[in-house]
Amino acid sequence: MYSHGSESLMKQAREIQEPELQKFYSRLVKLLQGKELGHETVDSLQRLHLILSATKYTRTLPSELRTRLLSLLSSPVEQLQVLSSAVLREMSPLSGEELNYIQENVGHLNSHTAALLLSKAGTRADLSSVCVQLLRGLDNRPSEAPAHSLMHTLPVLNTILTHSPECLTEDHITLLSKRLVDWLCYASTVQGGGASSGRFFTGPRSRQPVPIAELDGSSVSGNFFTVLCVGQGFTEDQWMNVYSFSMLHHWLLTYHSVSIGNSTIETDDRSEVDGSLVSMVSATSSSSRLLPPKERLREKAFQYCQRIIEQSDRKAQKKTDTDLQKACLVEAVCILDCVCVEDASLVFRTFPSIKGLFGRLSPDLSFARVLLPIAQFYLNHGEMAAVDCESVWKLVFGQFPAELFNDPFLAHELLRFLRLNLEKFQLGVPQYTHFFPNLLKFLAWDSPAVVDDFVDLLPSLVTPVTAVELLHTLLDLPCLSATLILQLRSTCLPISEQGGRGLLSLDAFRNPSFRGLFLFMLRGEAGSGDTIDRLSTLHDLLAEAADWPRVVHCAQTVPVLLHIYFSTVVMVADEKLLAHLILVMLERSSILLKIPTYVKEIHRVFSCHLLRMCKLWPSLVVDQSHELVEFAGISGNVYSKEELYTHVVWVLGEYLSVSCDSRCSVRLITSCFETLEAVLFEITSSGTPDGTVCPAPRVITTLMSALAKLASRSHDLIPRVSLFLSKLRTVTRSGSVAWCSDEEDLVAIVTRGEELWSLLKAPGVAQSVLTPSPHITTPQWHRDTNVAMPLQLRALTSLTHPQ
Amino acid sequence: MVRCFLIHTVCPISALSAGECRVLYSRVFGPDEAVLSEELQELNPEERRLLQKEKVAVVARQVHSAVTLSREASGRQLVEMVPGEEVLALQDADSGVARLRAGDPFNEEMSVLWLGVQSLGFTLVCEPHENLLLAEGTLRNLTRHCLEHLHMLGPGSEVLLKSSRIDVLLSRLLPHGQLLFLNHRFAQSLEKEVAAYMAK
Repeated sequence: MYSHGSESLMKQAREIQEPELQKFYSRLVKLLQGKELGHETVDSLQRLHLILSATKYTRTLPSELRTRLLSLLSSPVEQLQVLSSAVLREMSPLSGEELNYIQENVGHLNSHTAALLLSKAGTRADLSSVCVQLLRGLDNRPSEAPAHSLMHTLPVLNTILTHSPECLTEDHITLLSKRLVDWLCYASTVQGGGASSGRFFTGPRSRQPVPIAELDGSSVSGNFFTVLCVGQGFTEDQWMNVYSFSMLHHWLLTYHSVSIGNSTIETDDRSEVDGSLVSMVSATSSSSRLLPPKERLREKAFQYCQRIIEQSDRKAQKKTDTDLQKACLVEAVCILDCVCVEDASLVFRTFPSIKGLFGRLSPDLSFARVLLPIAQFYLNHGEMAAVDCESVWKLVFGQFPAELFNDPFLAHELLRFLRLNLEKFQLGVPQYTHFFPNLLKFLAWDSPAVVDDFVDLLPSLVTPVTAVELLHTLLDLPCLSATLILQLRSTCLPISEQGGRGLLSLDAFRNPSFRGLFLFMLRGEAGSGDTIDRLSTLHDLLAEAADWPRVVHCAQTVPVLLHIYFSTVVMVADEKLLAHLILVMLERSSILLKIPTYVKEIHRVFSCHLLRMCKLWPSLVVDQSHELVEFAGISGNVYSKEELYTHVVWVLGEYLSVSCDSRCSVRLITSCFETLEAVLFEITSSGTPDGTVCPAPRVITTLMSALAKLASRSHDLIPRVSLFLSKLRTVTRSGSVAWCSDEEDLVAIVTRGEELWSLLKAPGVAQSVLTPSPHITTPQWHRDTNVAMPLQLRALTSLTHPQ
Repeated sequence: MVRCFLIHTVCPISALSAGECRVLYSRVFGPDEAVLSEELQELNPEERRLLQKEKVAVVARQVHSAVTLSREASGRQLVEMVPGEEVLALQDADSGVARLRAGDPFNEEMSVLWLGVQSLGFTLVCEPHENLLLAEGTLRNLTRHCLEHLHMLGPGSEVLLKSSRIDVLLSRLLPHGQLLFLNHRFAQSLEKEVAAYMAK
């Protein structure tokens, strides 16, 4: 598809030298001077376009060539229009003269010239002038204008109002509102010219107007034309009907959006009036002619959408039309939502059909993407219409993620729906957080595509109620990923598969005795337990999934999400919950799916946040001292969980003191000391386990520091530490040691040992250095009346200035 | 509105070094957003053009990595297709959608829809409130036409020298970035016009 030939062509275009280029330009100018512009001209223009677009810097064309290209914009041959527009788009902006030239000579603005003007617009004024030109063309079209010449008008206007809605004045908006109403609801209902009747004999009789039909073949019978009507050929206003509907939603969003303040006042007023009375009083079709243009457009949009909804129920004869019906339903519901936000009285007229749609479509999962805009409608207007929305949320949060997690488009749209309405959900449907196991299925399946959405959504899912279960679920996200793969495989593949990949885990998935484990993973709602007892069994069963790409992608996103989780949880949790989370961290540090680097990354996240939590709530350490000391006492952890172990030892050394928590007793300090001492002795003895790996130097120094800190709080421990440190010095003086391979590291360790030893020789100093009191570690000099700068300055000023 | 349509390479190709992504066709609809944003007023036209090209390149690279990850995750093998098997190639294509945050690289948030057909990616960048069902259908339709009319399943460089055909295709099916609700009759009528143009 892209060969070496293509690549060399690109290179040639980019690296063409100036002399050769000039020759090419002059040849092209000569070609363009000719009467007939044939194949060679077109080919050369195409090459010129490639040359110009291949470089990142703009090339300059000789002015004669530019002029010739400008004249091609009004050529009757479309190919030349296209090419000249494309080439000029790659050039520097059009000068004032050139713009005038276009206005005068191009006559009726064709689509490709409009594209050029839009792309080269330098200011809002430029866009406004394009707008004015187009609208003038709408009002008074010259009779020689080709058929379908109006058709690009609406797309160009839509582009302008996307970027700069102020370019349309009030008059323009009124004019267009009227035209839109005409095109939407009053387009002709007979087939257009150019319709071949398909019969051999075409006489005057067969020229009778043939009515258009619905998608299932039935007649339109008195209804107005819509995009879901078919015929052999179409009239211009029927085309405009299509273009109008295509831009209607955006038009309403841009010019009909009501400010938040107004709408709340409106809904308050409305809720006091009887609903049925309001709907009678609001626009009925007979009085709609008396409405101002904006309101009339709103009413007609409402009618058009109701008709679309009715038409979507018909069985289309072609598959592309069935797909179109779905897209039209989405659009119609979105437009109805938009007009109901603007005019709350329409809610009562709209809800019956929306409810009917929901009832009709909810059993069919293939309409899931249509049901999302319906859910948005319920969210926006359900309260006002006093409709029960429980079944909607059960469908959207309960069923969709569980069954359609592998549909990337549904995932994107559902997560976007949640993101945009987060505040409304937090206020009105707070139970949505209980569905986090279901929502995380999207992430487990396709992490790279949706992790960005979860960065925004995860904080709202972290509540005191869900926090612990959420942590467990996040840590087991790769397991969920593997489970979802197995679930899909087991439904797709036959029971017996020869030599298939994942055979062992698939068997386990289908094995009734392990059913419970997998069912827990696949649960949709939180609340049935934080985690399962046999988690390590599950990890063993899924061991071969550790190298499946989907699982690996998932594992890569977990650390990021854990950072977000912990940053959020410290803001919503109380000390008790944080204590529980520390226990979870210690426990889970050894119960993780064995994916290379995954375990290490998780430990790193745990370490970082353990530190943060203990800094915020120092009394946590004393509170959880039993578990922390137990963890620190397992010498195996020095090697298998080095990062986490280092941090646990550090927080023990730093925060296990009376100044952090009055419950800290001498006995506690002593028992912690003894545990750490034992580990330090063990790892620095000459017989390392299996003689394989040395403990990291940082572990040793941290242990030493922690011991010194603890000793400084309970002075009778000082001799024990000093003894060890002097022994250390002696041992290392005799040369290399078994537990440290690098000489520099050894020097660092010994230096630290010596510093601590000399510090501990003066216990009082040691205490103030190693266990500083809070007013030293958290200085608030600006609050201290004795040292506050302003006071000092004032004092100095009064002393130095003569009275 | 659709902001831009791209065709670019998506998987390791012998002609390019690993990870390199070549944009074969790009069409940005409407005015340059740098013109209308306050922060970028000081840029001259040359810089604006460069900025736009860079934005397009960023999108292409994002889709490149999205396609790579998606194909890796699904584990499907790419089957070589030849001209004539366009419909099959389209059925077999990977598809997906991603979110581009505001500022990265467009001023506002965008949704990127992509189709990976063999070693080429076809990408639509749309505004997020857009009807994605319609956008998906339009993208598939556009891709089918590109594959057929430009013989993309062959080893050719046709797309580089026949970009005007894609311009015309876009001017009918996605005029100025406007997604259209076309039933099969309207679509047929437009496709007849396009086919007539391609035949010349």
